[in-house]
Order: sequence, then C-alpha cells, then structure tokens
Amino acid sequence: MSIIFYPFQATGRAVLGFLRALGAISLFGAQALWAILIPPYYPGQLIRQMFRIGYLSLPVVGLTALFTGAALALNIYTGGSRFNAEQFVPNIVALGIVRELGPVIAAIMIAGRVSSGIAAEIGAMRATEQIDALHTLATDPVRYLIAPRVLAGLLVLPPLVVIADIIGIMGGFMVGTLRLDFVGAIYIQNTWDILEPFDVISGLIKAGVFGVLLTLMGCYHGFNAQGGAQGVGRATTDAMVSAAVLIIAANFLLTSAFV
Amino acid sequence: MSQAPNSPATKIRWSNVCKRFGDKTVLNGLNLEAKEGRSLVVIGGSGTGKSVLLKCALGLLAPDKGRVEIDGKAVKAGRHDDPGIAQIGMLFQSGALFDSLPVWENVAFRLIQHDKVKRSDAKARAIAALGQVELGADAGEKFPNELSGGMLKRAALARAIVSKPKILFFDEPTTGLDPITADVINHLIRQQVSELGATAVSITHDMASMRVIADDVAMIDQGEIRWQGELSTIDACENERVRAFITAGQHG
Ligand SMILES: Nc1ncnc2c1ncn2[C@@H]1O[C@H](COP(=O)(O)OP(=O)(O)OP(=O)(O)O)[C@@H](O)[C@H]1O
Ligand SMILES: [Mg+2]
Repeated sequence: MSIIFYPFQATGRAVLGFLRALGAISLFGAQALWAILIPPYYPGQLIRQMFRIGYLSLPVVGLTALFTGAALALNIYTGGSRFNAEQFVPNIVALGIVRELGPVIAAIMIAGRVSSGIAAEIGAMRATEQIDALHTLATDPVRYLIAPRVLAGLLVLPPLVVIADIIGIMGGFMVGTLRLDFVGAIYIQNTWDILEPFDVISGLIKAGVFGVLLTLMGCYHGFNAQGGAQGVGRATTDAMVSAAVLIIAANFLLTSAFV
Repeated sequence: MSQAPNSPATKIRWSNVCKRFGDKTVLNGLNLEAKEGRSLVVIGGSGTGKSVLLKCALGLLAPDKGRVEIDGKAVKAGRHDDPGIAQIGMLFQSGALFDSLPVWENVAFRLIQHDKVKRSDAKARAIAALGQVELGADAGEKFPNELSGGMLKRAALARAIVSKPKILFFDEPTTGLDPITADVINHLIRQQVSELGATAVSITHDMASMRVIADDVAMIDQGEIRWQGELSTIDACENERVRAFITAGQHG
C-alpha cells in the first residue's frame, strides 16, 4: 500500500518543503529590504561589498562575454546562411547579447563566484558564533551583513552587464571582421541601428533583479547554515544552485513581460 | 529562601526555563537569579546546558517554556535592541571574534558601530582594554587567526568589558590560559563587579577561579539548578554532586 502512495507522499513533501523555503526566503528578503531602506546604514560595508562583487568579477565576466559573443556570431552566421540571411549577424548578435545573454551569462558567472562566496563566509560566521556575537554587540546582523551585500548586488550588476554587453558585442565584431569578412564600419553601423533604448534598459532591469537574487541566495543559505563545516559546504552549494535556477527562471518571466 | 533585609535586587531571573533540542531536554524548568552588583558562578558537568542558559538570557535562543527577565522585564528573543539584552557584555566560550577585522577593531566594535565613539578614541580605549588582559598594542594590530587560543580568549574578554556594560556574561573565561594569566583574568572579573558594580554571571570548570570570582554559586545538573548559595557556604554543602564537583581533582 505505502509503496503505491510513496511517489505522492514524496511529491507532497517536496512541495511543502518548497513552499516553506519560499516563505522563509520571502521573509528574509523582506527583512533585508527593510534594513536597506531604514537607517542605520553601514556605508563602509557597502563599499567593500561593491568592490568584491563588482570589481573583482570583471575578469570572469569579461572573458565569458567575449567568447559568448564570438560563438554567437559564428552560430548565427551558420544558421543565417541556410536562408541567405548572413548579413543579419551584427543585428542578431547585438540583440541577443543586450537583451538576453549579457545579463544571464554575467549573472550566472557572478553567482558562481559571489553567491557561493557569500554563503561560505556568512555560514562560517554562523558556525563560529560570530553572528551571535554581532547580536550581543548591539548590532543587527541583517543590517550589518545582509543589507550591504544585497544592495551591492543591486547596484553593481547593471554596470557589470553594460560592460559584458560591450565586450560580448566586441567578440561578435572580432569574429565578424576577422573570419566572416564583414566590413568593420558596417558591422558597427548595423549594431548601432538595430539597438533601441528599451533593449538596453530591459537588460539592465534584469541585471538588477539578478543582482538581488544572487546575493540574497548567498546570504540566506549562509545565514541559515547549520552543523559546522559540513553545513557550510551544503550552504555554499545550495546558494549557487538556487541562485542559478532563480536567475534562469526570473529571466524567462522578465523576458515574457518585456516582449 | 528568605530575603535578608538589605539584600540586593534581582537583576536577572530565569523562571521555569525549558529548552529542548529535538528530543533532548537540556533545560527542564530551570529557576535562577542573579543579584545586582554580585558575581554569580554557574558550575556543572560538560553538556549540562550552561551555555544554553546564557544564550536564553541573551535572546539568542528562545526558551520553549518559561522566561528570562532582566530588570523585571522579559527579554525578547532575537532582539539586539531589547533594553535588557543591550546591557550585556558577552564572552563566548569560543571567543567568536570577527575574523575579517583586526583585533583592536573587534574590541572597539561596539564603541564604533553602536556608541558612535570617534575611531581614534575607540582605538585608544580598545588598546587600554587589551592591556587589562595583558595583550599589547601589537596584538591589537593582528587578525584573530594570528593569535593563540589563550590570546583569543583574552581579546574576546576585552571586547566584552570595553564598553563597561552593566551585565557581564563570561563563558569559561580561564579555559586554555596558563595559571598566572588565569589569575590576572580572575582578578579582572572580580574588579568589574567590586569596583564598577557590574552584575556578572560566569561559567567555569575551574574551582580555583570560582573561589576568586564568585559571590554566589549555582550548580546545574539534569536541566535544573540543584544547589545555590553563597560561596562561603559551599564547603559546608552536603549535596553529593556539589561535593563531588568541588573536591574532584584535589587528590592528585
Ligand atoms: N544549537 C544547538 N542545537 C542542538 N543542540 C544544542 C545546541 N546548543 C546546545 N545543544 C545541546 O545542548 C546541550 C547543552 O549544551 P551547552 O553548550 O549548554 O553545554 P555546556 O553546559 O555549556 O557544556 P560545556 O561545559 O562543555 O561547555 C548539549 O548536549 C548540546 O549538544
Ligand atoms: Mg558551554
């Protein structure tokens, strides 16, 4: 009997667990938002986190954007040539990067660096009672640790995505001019002509949302880490995986809203 | 227990505090009082819930039943700005220094972040506090992971006392210290109570330390206070667990 019901029970438990986690994360996010809006603030912490999340992510974001743009140009050329549409490479590269791949690739790469890093750091602070210590020093851990990281994610992702967009388009440009015989000036002209302000703005809105999601996942899993070093390891993985999944899902929702 | 005519007021009161983790009951209706301006030492076997007792008063753990009152008001768990909790300076058993900050900034943390003391003044006070626990200014410039275990403990102690809190919690203040340094720490704790009028609650396994620090002693066992009394009465105590505790290790 129980073996027949097992899949339903397991699904039910998973759904309940998911709902519970969703509730807990929403509550945590609301606390973080409150702490971002209402003083006291910790500007020193904010600047430090902006440096760590933003500046130190530049190399990895730049490199992945470059290769993504280059590969995209090749693929569009191959696909386009099947119905004599090779000339649209610059336009489609530009749209694809600015609206979709720039924000998503940058956010996923930063999630790999930052969500896991935040979860490990805050998880270790939890395990060694440093978060308890903050509390006994009359400091709200959510204000001191969480708010600066989430706000830094919100502020830093859009400029990083602008950089990823430019480098990604450059990757397409390099392949286009060096391998596919496009004339440089025409390539740039086509890119410029196709892009509308909203293409860029929608990408930046995505970037801000992704920045909040990936820092919030790192903070949430680190803050709730349990059980010493092992728990910190689990928190690190969970933070990265949940950030990546949420980014992809949110990307779909935002794209649907923007078209 | 009858009240002596001039006995000090109760500063902290644990009333019927119950706390369990899973199916393990740690505190089982515990009652305890810390008197204002006196030093209470809690003794008891390892894993009997002494640290949990302090964490309930700090609002770091919420009791399942019962409550902890400071100045007659129940503390609210999870609220760092609770007026009772905000009076407490805490030395964690593990030290719990922030490893992202140099030692002096750890000590000055509350002064800078909460009391809005100027950074240079806060540093001077932090270094003075480090001096009280026999750590030099050079140790202040180091990061916590560059200190030894005993140095960490002392730096954490400096962090607990630097803002002159009205209530002090010390979770095993002399564990891991050599006997001479332990003596300095014991007298420092004594001084916080006798000269600054703080209310102290200390946990220790070190009977010599207990005899220096304590005005009152309480013994915890199986989730309850088994015995409580003034230090001077402990040697006349007939409770077997207490006797076993204070005489253990004296035969070696
Ligand atoms: N956060 C927690 N989650 C689960 N169990 C806990 C937690 N904190 C403490 N315990 C359990 O509660 C019991 C009492 O722990 P506590 O740290 O208070 O002991 P203690 O009296 O301070 O011991 P020691 O003298 O060794 O420090 C232990 O059995 C411990 O396993
Ligand atoms: Mg303990």
